This record gives sequence, structure tokens and C-alpha cells, in this order.
Amino acid sequence: MQRIGVFVCWCGSNIAGTVDVQAVSEALKNEPGVVFSTNYQYMCSQAGQELIINSVKEHNLTGIVVCSCSPRMHEATFRKTAAAAGINPYMVEIANIREQCSWIHKDMEIGTEKAIILGKAAIAKVNLNAPLTPGESPVTKRALVIGGGIAGIQTALDIAEAGFPVDIVETKPTIGGKMAQIDKTFPTLDCAACILTPKMVDVAQNDKIRIFSYSEVEDVKGFVGNFDVKIKKKARYVKEDICTGCGVCTEKCPMKKVPNEFNLGMDNRRAIYIPFAQAVPKVATIDPNACNMLKSGKCGLCAKVCTAGAIDYTQKDEIIEEKYGAIVAATGFNPISMDKFDEYAYNQSKDVITSLEFERLTNAAGPTAGKLLRPSDGKHPHKIVFVQCVGSRCESCAEKGKEYCSKICCMYTAKHAMLTRDKYPDTEVYVFYIDVRTPGKAFDEFYRRAVEEYNVHYIKGMVGKISPEGDKLMVRGSDLLNNKQLTIDADLVVLAAAIEPDKSARPLATMLTASMDTNDFFTEAHPKLRPVESPTAGVFLSGACQGPKDIPETVSQASAAAAKVIGLLAKDKLTGNPCVAQANELMCNGCSSCEKVCPYGAITYVDKEFRMPNRTTAIRRVASVNPAVCQGCGACTVACPSGAMDLNGFLNKQIIAEVDAICK
Amino acid sequence: MKVSYFPGCTLKTKAKDLDAYARKCAEILGITLEEIENWQCCGGVFTTARDEIATKLSSVRALNDAKEKNQALVSVCSACHNVLKQTNYAMQTDEEFASRANNYMQLDEAYLGETQVLHYLELLRDVVGFDKVAEKVVNPLKGKKIAAYYGCLLLRPNSVMKMDDPENPTIIEDLIRALGAEAVIYPYRNECCGGYVALENPDSAKEKSLKVTNSAKNAEADIILTACPLCKYNLEKNGADIPVVYFTELMAEAFGIKEDCNA
Repeated sequence: MQRIGVFVCWCGSNIAGTVDVQAVSEALKNEPGVVFSTNYQYMCSQAGQELIINSVKEHNLTGIVVCSCSPRMHEATFRKTAAAAGINPYMVEIANIREQCSWIHKDMEIGTEKAIILGKAAIAKVNLNAPLTPGESPVTKRALVIGGGIAGIQTALDIAEAGFPVDIVETKPTIGGKMAQIDKTFPTLDCAACILTPKMVDVAQNDKIRIFSYSEVEDVKGFVGNFDVKIKKKARYVKEDICTGCGVCTEKCPMKKVPNEFNLGMDNRRAIYIPFAQAVPKVATIDPNACNMLKSGKCGLCAKVCTAGAIDYTQKDEIIEEKYGAIVAATGFNPISMDKFDEYAYNQSKDVITSLEFERLTNAAGPTAGKLLRPSDGKHPHKIVFVQCVGSRCESCAEKGKEYCSKICCMYTAKHAMLTRDKYPDTEVYVFYIDVRTPGKAFDEFYRRAVEEYNVHYIKGMVGKISPEGDKLMVRGSDLLNNKQLTIDADLVVLAAAIEPDKSARPLATMLTASMDTNDFFTEAHPKLRPVESPTAGVFLSGACQGPKDIPETVSQASAAAAKVIGLLAKDKLTGNPCVAQANELMCNGCSSCEKVCPYGAITYVDKEFRMPNRTTAIRRVASVNPAVCQGCGACTVACPSGAMDLNGFLNKQIIAEVDAICK
Repeated sequence: MKVSYFPGCTLKTKAKDLDAYARKCAEILGITLEEIENWQCCGGVFTTARDEIATKLSSVRALNDAKEKNQALVSVCSACHNVLKQTNYAMQTDEEFASRANNYMQLDEAYLGETQVLHYLELLRDVVGFDKVAEKVVNPLKGKKIAAYYGCLLLRPNSVMKMDDPENPTIIEDLIRALGAEAVIYPYRNECCGGYVALENPDSAKEKSLKVTNSAKNAEADIILTACPLCKYNLEKNGADIPVVYFTELMAEAFGIKEDCNA
């Protein structure tokens, strides 16, 4: 029989205002197992905690019920109090009489009655509580960062700085991501390459960091502190350790007409290529879909001109297996396809471009060497229309766009408009917008400068139709402030396409058993209090894979994720949560129902030998829960048809006892 | 294969040839269009007013007629098709509307949107297949540059019509290519011709129509191809100086049966 103490908290007037706390503590005094019951103004304060500790000693308590706020708020606090008083922390139950009672009721009588019922339920549960001890597991002191954009780079650098080895896996031949394609960054207008490329070099030179470029994560097994990961290093047909990046092969290759993805197809590269001059690692890669040698065995020119002898046409994909303690998803974003937005004539005219293409057109290393020229005829455009929110905030057209705000477009469009007016003052610039959203340090000032100093014409309204006529683009839109329909004969139109998570994120989330929202952005463990952690232990989130973000925000989040990883890797052992599922092997019939519903991959099946009557044995397939992976969600306990699965701390009989107490 | 056919008023008056070619071509493709009995005008436009029910009942009757025969309901006119599909959608999704309509109809079994509504173009694409259409071509329209004109009603609202991408459609272009001609893509192919505004404000309708015609001409089209009698009327009345032709007529030409239809 337990000896239970009940502690009713007033929470100032938060609870005491609508609940008669004195009546509650009196009423609960006579519940089975209760030997002591009291109330106090702030139970979480030091004095309140001391009251609990002293009562435990005085009344030899074995269980504690605190009637207070939500367990999310102070369960951990009172568990510590219990431990300090010398009883098992899992002998504490919280009856939430604040969020679920006093805050939602106005009538003192009803509130008090409900608080008593909630208290009775918690007491019924504590009567069946058993002390629980968390398990321990070791930590592999190495981190994996998936994605080598600015988010992945910053996370890796910060983890390496703390002394832990990090591997970056990047699908492209170079790290750098979207930021490497950008010309200038808002709101300071400093050159993106000048701040990014030194970081890329830092990554390359850091002996704690390994880069697996042109590689993909193929498989993830294991759990926090102990992930087993398979990385596929795709054949690049160039020996990475020998190639010096001299680039002779990329000049001699006869296949000259391969669309250059780094410049978004606005110019061509060769079949053997280095994406850009500052690429890291600076080694060539052969595109197997374009290379004559690989397709038909005829050519071999690059091997002939390579003085280092780095070309290897027989190279095969390689699988690397490595153990990690923590994994960071930094898979980034892409602009959405404009195929379904043909009202903007993106597929009909070369002079309708996306904002990222505009970045390349104004970038000194881009296809026009930084001169703003029309893709169709190479002429300087004199009238440019920017259209914002193309596919963003697209509630009525969810099948082609996104419901959310892409967040970065207002600022980069202001940047594009301002830079155009600065460099080419003879150019008229129009921006169509739904709203201009520029919160952020020095952001709104930046936008005001575009309007006031650079005379960019901001028009509130959307564009309905763009039609190429001759060498002009007729842009029809509405000016809502003047209540007029406008037609602008533009030379160039720039579409601020919505951004979406990279396509690799969804399969990766499945491998990591990390959850995603309906838009395929990774979900954070708590939107406010745990924004860089995935709900899956040991998986962290960095950058735009978690939601649309600009560079400053991405870098902040990247460093935050790194701090969380460092905190994890700094531990030698991990203390688990003892409230995990457990299978009663004698009742388990090996049906796999629990394995199928487990969102964390914590359940496996083992063949076990059981003693049978008459000194015989039998081998049976039974469920086995890995307590380090189990998050205690309880899905398996519901799915189990034979009632073999139970959740420690939330045993079926405890839940039933609570329900009985409420219904009595 | 037999399908129920809803020709609509215009196909019996102004657009008799749209109807005649449609029937003949269907025969060639092994489809029998069974005109439903005692059909009435579709109502002309689908009113978005939820309490407006009278003008939608003739559609419900036609839809139920097809249901009783266990056939798909096919129409050719963009406007009829639009009203039929939207009414059917309302019968499926709007409980209040469906129960009121059924109260009027007093059917033995309530109609709840069971009938499959197909535009003739969908019939060609999804039931017959454009590859089969191409097989029947005896007179390929080689060298002809044809501008498909969708207008506004054929594909919108997309969530209900579910026929093709309303901003970047391909269904008529695919038909044009199946018939051996060249499809011309131009920006105004899915804009409104002016529609019934022609009655209220002819100048506005004229402006809309001319934009379409000029856009097609700028793309060097020889012919504008449409499914909609009202589009054809507006474009022609407002000075189209290139032929505006029904897609069924073009198909008849490619099948080599155009003269039979006229006879």
C-alpha cells in the first residue's frame, strides 16, 4: 500500500481564483492511500518544494500527487523534488487543475468539483505506480550533416570547432548550396561569394570535417547516440584524391552543349565539369548522361589531357558505412516549378525568368558576366516588372502553389529592384505585391530605400496575365490602390517563385523517422521551445528544410542546431526515458501490428526460446522494444491485439484506474 | 460503346455543324452518342448562388437520365459541359443543394452525382485515346498551324472540371497533333472571349475577342480551333480575320468525312 501525499497549489490566484483549494485538499484527504493532504500558494517555489520534502520525511510518503499546472510546465521540477526527498521521481503524478480546470471555468463550484475529480484520478494512478529507472546507452562522438549549403556548412563548422568530427553529405559535386548562386545579400548588399567561399575553404581545411560530395544518404538505422548510416558516394569518374582541379579537362571536353545547372540552364557546360571556380572540393565530375566515353566508349579526351591521371571511367558507386551520434538535416529548399503558372508565360518567353535566374544574370560569375541582359536577344532591358508571391500565399490554388508565405521574396525583390536602379538608372522598375513583408533587423529600412531613394514603383495588386508580343512582354495587372487595370510593356519579367523543401527531404525523413508537415518541411519538436530539434531523438534541423528562411536566420538556426549536437556528443552516456513500451513475451503472438505502427522504428522481432510443459522448449517470434529508441508514444499498446504491449508509467491498468476514479 | 449525349440548345440552332461533325466522328471511333430524351436547356451559365436551384434542375434531370441508363454523359458545348459538371459536383458535395434538388425531382431513387460527366475532348483522350484517333486519320492536316482556343469556361474552375491544367493546358493541342497538324501555343488561348458581356457591353467584348485573335495571329496561326459556340460567335462577330473552326469539324476533315456531314 502506498503512502501518498497530496499537494494542492494555488498558483497565486490562477488556480485559487476559480478552485476552492482548501476544499480540494480536504476532499482528497480521504482517498485510498492518502496519508497527508495540504495546499500552498506556490508549490513550485523553493518554500513549496521544501514543504513537499519535509512532508515526505514526516509522513514516510512513497508517492506524491501535485495538483497544479500542466505536467509540461513543472513535472520535471516536482520529479527533482521527489528525488531530493529520497523517493523515485516516477512516483510523482501531476493533476492539471490549471490549464484543464481553473483557466477554463468561471464557476467556483464547478471548478472545485472538477479539480477534486482530477485529483482523485491522479491518486488512483499513483497507487499503481512503480519506481522506474532510466537506462543508459553510449554515444558515438561523430555527427552527420546532410546537406552542404550555408546551413550545413555553419552547423559542421560549429560542431568541429567544439572538437567533434563531422561528415557533410552533399548530393551536388560541390558544397555551397543556393548561397553560392546568389550575387548579393540583403540588407547589407555584401557579396554572397565573399562571405560564403571562405567558409567553404574553412570546411575543406578543417581536419575534423570530411566532405562526401556527389553523395547521398542511402540508409539510416539505429537511434540517438548510435546511428548506423550508409552513404552512397556516386561515381564521378574522377579520382578525388588525385584531381588537382586544374580544369584542363573541362576546356578540352568536346561535349559543349550540356545545360549548366549552376546557371540554371542559361548557358552550357561540358560533360566533365567543375560547377564553379570556387567549388569545394575543387575536383572535376563527369556527367554520365552526357559523356561520350561513358555512353559509347568513344572519346577519352579528358583522360589524355589529365596530367595527374585522375580520370577513371571504370569508377563505381561506393557505399560507405559510418556510425554517428547525431544527425542534422540541412537539405534546404528549391524554387517551385513555374510550369503550372503559364499565365506568366514562363515557358513561352525566355525573358520571363525566376528570381534565382535573375541572381545568376547579375552575378559577375554568371552567364552574362554580371551584365543585366535579356536572355532572348542579349539586349539591355529598360523596363522590368517583378511579380511577387508567384505560388506563395496561394490558398485558392493549392494544387499548383503553396499556401504559406515564402518569407524571403519581399526582401530579395527589393534588393533586385534597388540594385537594378543603382546600376542602370535608365531602367524603370515595377514591383507587383500582395503585401510587403519586411520584418527583421534593418529590413524595412532597406525596402523603404528601394521606394524612396531608388524610385522603384511598388504596385499593390497581382498580375493576371503576361503575354509576349513582339519583343515586349505585355504585363496586365491590377493597381488596387488606384482601382485601375494596368498594362505594362516590359522588356523583362522576374517571378518571385515560392520556395519548397528539396525533394530529397521526404525520403530522408522516412529514413530518419523524423516527422514532416503537409508541405514537407521538417517538424520541430516544439515550435517555440525546441525549434532546432526534430521530435525524433538525435535528429536536428538546420536551415530552410524546417521552413522558409533567409541567410541570417539560417545561420542562427545552423549554429543553434550545432549547439544541440555538441550538447549531445559531449555526453558519454545518454539517460533514456524509462516510460517506454515493454512487451509481455508470454502474451505476444508475433503478429507485427506494433512494429507497423511504431513511428520510431523501435520495435523489432526476435526468436526466443520458451520453456513449455513437460520439460520441452519452443522457439517463438516475439516483439522486442529498444528502450533507447522508444519515445513512449503508446501507439503500439493500442495496436497490440493480444494486450501484450504496455507502456511503463502509463500501464493499461493505471489508465483504467484513472478512468474509474473519474467515473465513480 | 454507347454514351448519353447532351447536345444543348445552341447545337440545335446556331451550331448545328458542331453537333453533326461530333456525331459522325464518334461513329468512326466506334462510339454511339445516344441523345437523351426531352433534354432542356442547361441554363446557360452555372449560377454560383447557392439558393438558386431552378436553372440547375434540367441538368440534374439529364444527369439522372444517364445514370438510369448506366452511361457516361457527354457534351460538346463548353457552356453545357461546365453547367453539367458543376451541377453534378454540387449534387455530390453539397448536401443541402442535393436534398432540395431531389425534393423537386421526386425520383424513385435520389440522384447524388453518380453519373460520370465527360466533355467530348475527354472522351477522345481518356476513353478512346488520342493514339486511336490518330489511327483513323486518312487526311492528315500536314503543315496547318492551328491555335487551340480554350476560352474561360472549358477548364475552369479546375477543382471541379478536373480536365486539364487551366493555365497550361494540352488537351486540344494533343488532338491537333493527333490529326497531323501543328499546334501553335499563344498567350491568350485560355482567356475569355467576352462571353455574354457582348449583350451588355459590346465594346468590352470586342476588346477581349480581338486580343485573342491578334494573339493567335501573332503566333502565326492559320486557324483558331474552339469547342464553344459562344467563343466562335464572339471572335467572328468582332472581326476575326482568320477562320474560327470547331474541333469536331477539323476532326471530320482529317477523317475524310467532312462532305458526308454537310450532305
